[in-house]
Amino acid sequence: MLETFIQQGINALQLGSYYSLIALGYCLVYGVLLLINFAHGDIFMVGAYIAFFCATALMGKYGVLDAGMSGWIVLALTVPLTMLLTSGVGVFIERVAYRPLRLKGANRLYVVITALMMGIVLEYGNLAMLGATRKSFPTLVPRAIFEIGGATVTSLKLAAIFTSFAVFGLLQWIVTRTKIGMAMRAVSFDKFAVPLMGIPLDIVIIFTFFLGSSMAGLAGLLYAMNFPVLDPFMGALVGWKAFIAAVVGGIGDIRGAFIGGFLLAFLEVTVAATFSSELRDLISFTILLGILSWKPTGLFGKPRTTKI
Amino acid sequence: MALLEITDLTQRFGGLLAVNEFSVRLEGREMCALIGPNGAGKTTVFNLVSGFYQPTSGSIKIGGVDTRGMKPHQVTSLGVARTFQNIRLWNDMTVLDNIKVSQHYRLGYSLVDSLLRTRRYADREKAIDHEAMELLEFMGMRDLADEVPPNLPYGTQRKVEIARALSIKPKLLLLDEPAAGLPSTDVVELIKLVEWIHKEFDLAIWMIEHQMTVVMSLCQWIKVIDFGATIAEGTPEEIRNNPEVIKAYLGDENI
Amino acid sequence: MLLGLVAMTQTGLLGQYAQTFLCTMGIYMILAASLNLVNGYMGEFSCGHAGFMAVGAYTASIVGVILFVGDENFGPALLPMSLAPLAFPLILATGFAAAALVGLLVAVPSFKTRGDYLAVITLAAGYIVKSALENIEIVGGPRGFMGMKKVVLAIEESLTVPWMLVWIFIGVVLTVWLLRRFVYSTYGKGVMAIHQDEVAAEIMSVNTNHMKLVAFMLSSGLAGLAGGLYAYLIGFVNPASFTILRSTECLVMVYLGGMGSLTGSILAAGIFTILLEFLKPLEQLKWVAIPMLLIVLMQFRPEGLMGNRELSDIFPKLKRFYRFK
Repeated sequence: MLETFIQQGINALQLGSYYSLIALGYCLVYGVLLLINFAHGDIFMVGAYIAFFCATALMGKYGVLDAGMSGWIVLALTVPLTMLLTSGVGVFIERVAYRPLRLKGANRLYVVITALMMGIVLEYGNLAMLGATRKSFPTLVPRAIFEIGGATVTSLKLAAIFTSFAVFGLLQWIVTRTKIGMAMRAVSFDKFAVPLMGIPLDIVIIFTFFLGSSMAGLAGLLYAMNFPVLDPFMGALVGWKAFIAAVVGGIGDIRGAFIGGFLLAFLEVTVAATFSSELRDLISFTILLGILSWKPTGLFGKPRTTKI
Repeated sequence: MALLEITDLTQRFGGLLAVNEFSVRLEGREMCALIGPNGAGKTTVFNLVSGFYQPTSGSIKIGGVDTRGMKPHQVTSLGVARTFQNIRLWNDMTVLDNIKVSQHYRLGYSLVDSLLRTRRYADREKAIDHEAMELLEFMGMRDLADEVPPNLPYGTQRKVEIARALSIKPKLLLLDEPAAGLPSTDVVELIKLVEWIHKEFDLAIWMIEHQMTVVMSLCQWIKVIDFGATIAEGTPEEIRNNPEVIKAYLGDENI
Repeated sequence: MLLGLVAMTQTGLLGQYAQTFLCTMGIYMILAASLNLVNGYMGEFSCGHAGFMAVGAYTASIVGVILFVGDENFGPALLPMSLAPLAFPLILATGFAAAALVGLLVAVPSFKTRGDYLAVITLAAGYIVKSALENIEIVGGPRGFMGMKKVVLAIEESLTVPWMLVWIFIGVVLTVWLLRRFVYSTYGKGVMAIHQDEVAAEIMSVNTNHMKLVAFMLSSGLAGLAGGLYAYLIGFVNPASFTILRSTECLVMVYLGGMGSLTGSILAAGIFTILLEFLKPLEQLKWVAIPMLLIVLMQFRPEGLMGNRELSDIFPKLKRFYRFK
């Protein structure tokens, strides 16, 4: 009994760490631009594919590099490469699709729709380029298996959980302690005053997308290592769910997004364990809807009072 | 029966005491003012009267009806209209539509009537349109009927907002800083307008205003609040010389 | 125009392929126009439109089966099949009503919250509907439901006119007609007042909760009508037809056409269906090409094709030719 409890708890923590990493990206972009970046889930998918190509290239699959690097070195190189390349994709999308609309003063919702379509482009672009066959992610490092209270835990699971907590800590530090982080918060307060105060708006926005997308890339890599089958639509569902989680936590507050991600994961795992996995979405979304009806601005969101 | 009777009205926002045991009684047809330094809780009083907040304690009675638990639109239909500090017109609608939509409380037809375009719908729409045009005509804004608010000068927008408030035929008109942001020439005109409204329409006017020229030349009676509490009330002459009021506005000179 | 359409099908000018194409276009038009009420006129961001469509589709299918087919789950048929062509509008009406009721699921939270939080509620509501359908065994769960196929075949046999095309045409006209009347009445303009300033709307005697309820229910009900038509057009429904991608299509049409322009929505739905059809040879690349095209289009017209104007605002002379009174 206790074993299953711990086992499920660890599964929930692992699932929650992906949700949280993605939710944090939604939250950052939303906090700064008030934009729901609906393409973010697909950035996560792109991250997983980039990780796949980085890892296989480094292992010498395409003859670019010599085979024979040890798995650890490959992993050590794949992590920063993936994060960098994924954030490149994120920033690129911001530049070509969102920024021109923003400069033209389009209604905020038109940018949201553009993001939605960007997501579809990424999904189907990937499908068209790489075909429908699923890629399977290579094993880079041997899995170590631990036992905690009778439950088995692989090192990869633990890595995912620890990474998400570390990233959250780092992000909290960036947002509250560094100059650029404070600039990000300033932009979310008042987009018009910020350039007047000498803060370069563009750099803040690029940095935001950079941070958000690199975290999505990291999540993609970790996800691919744990569930080594990649397909172009893997990001869509996870992304939507992470977004819902971010809002339930209170979008615009990174603590809210982080906790929201874990909350959703725990709900899903609990429902799947006690009822059945078919009922998972039905029940967990109903509960989230209930939370939102009870706290209309999410768990951590501040109620916005309209000034009259 | 009093038009408006507020007894011991108190409003807390978390730890902040925004309004503290505020009482007032209007019989109808008065013209009076609520003044006080910034953040004194004046607009909160108006928001409470118009039903936008539910008071922590105390009661508000409009024409003898207790408004506790009422939604703002229900309070409005009791005959309380208001304007806002920052003009809140519907900017994509014409001036005429701004006034017509404000007749929701007495539309007199239902969703089904509007979909089937029944006789009742046609009659009521015609009547509402007619009355709205009459009001605009009466206020000398007939030619603005098809303009949208953003195309009008600021002072005119204020006037449109006041017209919209009058269109619900209020017995009590709340004006929240009507002179805010107006150049001094427009302020003179505003004073004339409010005086004219008070004479032509059968109503009481209660205003929040910082410009003392407006308050002193219009109101028979003034109430001063600071930090949510009433510190003085009386005629303009009494208020002008009240040491408490001078202290609230200028600070304590002894310090 | 309806007569013209029927005549064209009878003379063979409109083949089966063209008919199906027009039907699909009509369904998209209903979806886009109905979503525009909430997303365009009321300014909310509802992204669960496919969920309401699904409710309408399933309800209409089940009612059809209960009345005319009957099976082990729903008992024997209540009415003879020969009545089916007559009862078809009734079947569609039940789809409308059921979807409007489910619209309450998002209408009630909208009293307290709006904007992005409400968007998530609609999104979650869409998921809830879809995953509820996947879990209801008597409608086939994830495999789908096709009991009403028999009704479709029976009506097809007894009628010589292209009845589906006729009903969809009526559905489109009805939708535009209802929505137009609604948003042009002083009553319906309360919805626009909520969009532009909700505080002022409530203070100026608009019962905002009531207006939101009406707008959401009318919008979701019409989506249900589209769903019912869709179910009988295809003769088969399954939860996979009502995914987030379907909701996204609806959203794209609304914003492409312009928020608060019914002609815009109709136009956008037309363009969108034509794109879908003409780019079919591209297969998967279609879903790259269409969004790309739309993204580029939006860069040129960031307020949508029509902005918030109607066709009659641009060409006032057109008013002479049609009357929606």
